[in-house]
Amino acid sequence: MKHWTLHLALIAVLFSAQYWLSPYHATNLARIMVLAVFAMGYNLAFGYTGLLSLGHALLLSAGMYAAGLPAQLWGWSAGPAFIAGIVGGGLVAATLGLLALRTAGVSFMIVTLMFAQAGYLTLLYFAPVTGGDDGFALAPASRTLMGIDLSTDTPRFLTALAIFATGLLLSLALVRSFFGRTMVAMRENEERSRMLGYNPFTVKLAALTLSGLYAGAAGAAYAILFGYVGASFATIQYSILPMLYVLMGGAGTTLGPFLGALVMFALIEAATGLTTAHQFIVGAALVVLVLFAPKGVLGTIRERWVRWLP
Amino acid sequence: MTNGLLHPTRRGLLLAGGAGLLTAALPGYVAAQASPIKIGFQLHRTGIGAAYGRWYERTAQAALKAINDAGGITGRPVEILFEDDATDPKRGSEVVDKLTQSDGCDLVMGTLFSHVVMGSAPRAGELKVPYLVCSEGYHVASGALNRWTLQPGITDVRAQISTMAPWVSQNLGKKVTMVFPDYAFGHDHRDFFTAAIQGQGGEVIAQIAVPPTETSFTRYFPQIPAETEVLYHVMVGPAVLTFVKELGEFYGTGAKPQLFGFIDSLEAVDTATPGLEFLEGSHFWEAHPRVKAADAGEHEAAYRAAVGVDDNGASVSDAADVSTYSHMFSTWETLYFIKQAMEAAGYTGPADRQKLVEAMEAISDLPYGIERPQGAKRFNGKTHQVFGSQNISQVQGGKLVKVHTTTIDEGLYEDAVDYTTMSF
Repeated sequence: MKHWTLHLALIAVLFSAQYWLSPYHATNLARIMVLAVFAMGYNLAFGYTGLLSLGHALLLSAGMYAAGLPAQLWGWSAGPAFIAGIVGGGLVAATLGLLALRTAGVSFMIVTLMFAQAGYLTLLYFAPVTGGDDGFALAPASRTLMGIDLSTDTPRFLTALAIFATGLLLSLALVRSFFGRTMVAMRENEERSRMLGYNPFTVKLAALTLSGLYAGAAGAAYAILFGYVGASFATIQYSILPMLYVLMGGAGTTLGPFLGALVMFALIEAATGLTTAHQFIVGAALVVLVLFAPKGVLGTIRERWVRWLP
Repeated sequence: MTNGLLHPTRRGLLLAGGAGLLTAALPGYVAAQASPIKIGFQLHRTGIGAAYGRWYERTAQAALKAINDAGGITGRPVEILFEDDATDPKRGSEVVDKLTQSDGCDLVMGTLFSHVVMGSAPRAGELKVPYLVCSEGYHVASGALNRWTLQPGITDVRAQISTMAPWVSQNLGKKVTMVFPDYAFGHDHRDFFTAAIQGQGGEVIAQIAVPPTETSFTRYFPQIPAETEVLYHVMVGPAVLTFVKELGEFYGTGAKPQLFGFIDSLEAVDTATPGLEFLEGSHFWEAHPRVKAADAGEHEAAYRAAVGVDDNGASVSDAADVSTYSHMFSTWETLYFIKQAMEAAGYTGPADRQKLVEAMEAISDLPYGIERPQGAKRFNGKTHQVFGSQNISQVQGGKLVKVHTTTIDEGLYEDAVDYTTMSF
């Protein structure tokens, strides 16, 4: 019960944030919640199932383009476009999994990286349709849901919160379910799980597909809420970012991805105000984290003080 | 009845009250007049655009000093807040937000890379803040953006490319092979130059697209048809040096086509760099001749001195620090454009932003002067795009020497959009 209370309390605090944050910070919080959905998906694959992927930019951009292209080409509104984005992320993840899960460990990292790079180059190659590296801005009509303009502050914030809350509660339910424990078993000892009768391939494929659904939802949400679709979201940078968020917040913790995204965002904001060498500060913070809290913030808290943290 | 302090007349009271009100209002009025106009600058300080960003910042600082020394804008001092966008569209949008909502800037300017413009413009439109880009992309004039996004400081790439075709066909040859990077920048060149050279009775006989991840180019050179008269190349990034070196090795000392390129390939790169010898005698588009031309305008020297650039286009304090001369003037000219529009609109603060955009849209002819050191311009208020003359330079003795200047009219094309009909 306390798990659900904790997560619902966070959602309640985030809901109230629109009343006490400035519009600038509220918009940033909406961005952070969308990025956190992406990181939650990454966490399901990496933090719980042990799949260290370097190709999640492919899944993010799959969702972004699956939502953005129908909106751009056929004028789809936000609702159908968002669903298309989730499905797109899931389908690409399942296809990626069918091929890449024949490998493991370092090979899996390289194969996923390779597929993501191929995806990026594909977006550039089909520039007449995808807009290439320039990308395209979504028309206002495609950013409307049942007559509500999602490009305005409050609807955007509430939509981001709804997507985030759904993702968070589903991930909590998932990791506390039988299947969630099977995912952890794959991470901890794949061979023993196999001996006990589980099929590691199908469990990992299902976890990666779920991860893709989250990444797709985040990509689609970014396109619709912030109005831009571009190939830069398919670059390696966006495969590294969710990993950093998860490592910062705590891999294998349900709240870690949100905390990581929040801390990294705040760190960049604060560092740019201090020095032009802000990336150095962010890098130094990550080195300190790896040295002194390798399990991330919530991972360390769970290890030392709050054992029940999911 | 006696008049005095204890028994004032009605007129006296009114006068005293009026004076009191004036006195009370004066500090506010003075403060409003003296509070600075804040201009947010979305700067490529890091990432792929960092070399450009460094010079964009220097040029903008120089223009800022010149404007403030001359009394500011509408009598108010001006300040620029620079914020790094890491040449990334996602961060770019966040920077527009920060400069506008957190720092309270009156408008945002300065973006160069097209993908950052595309990623940031929607947010500028949502915030209803004027967003003045210095990008040369065709994204503004194509109608892809919004009423709040304008490009008043640099001609767009479509016009730049189109103006090159007549001179190339008349002086270098009519059978052109194009080598270009296989992404949006290269595709603009492919599409606009192919159309423009056909209009001049020439033809593009081969289009060789090179993937952006390529680091060696030798396998592409055999695709260049033997009858090629002009090789049009627009490779950019660190691979340029390899490209030129390998092209030189491919042709050796034998016959070779005329080479024509865009200086974007070599911005911030010294044309006398070892390995670039093969470019000797070849021609380049330049917006603003890097090496001071013999017939340079009367304001050229003052502009170079203000920015800190010598006659070769390098920093006065470091000859190895070569400028991005054909792009950076856009920040200078954009700042003066802002000044002109703000003064025309009687701009007093963010509440006047819509009035400011309308004043910008009403601007047309922009004559040559210290405000526009690159040359006279013509602003199209409907397409939000400015048009200026272009230059062609030849590499002579490792230096770029201007050989031709186009007219503004050569770069004009039919309007693809009328932003003035869009709502704010």
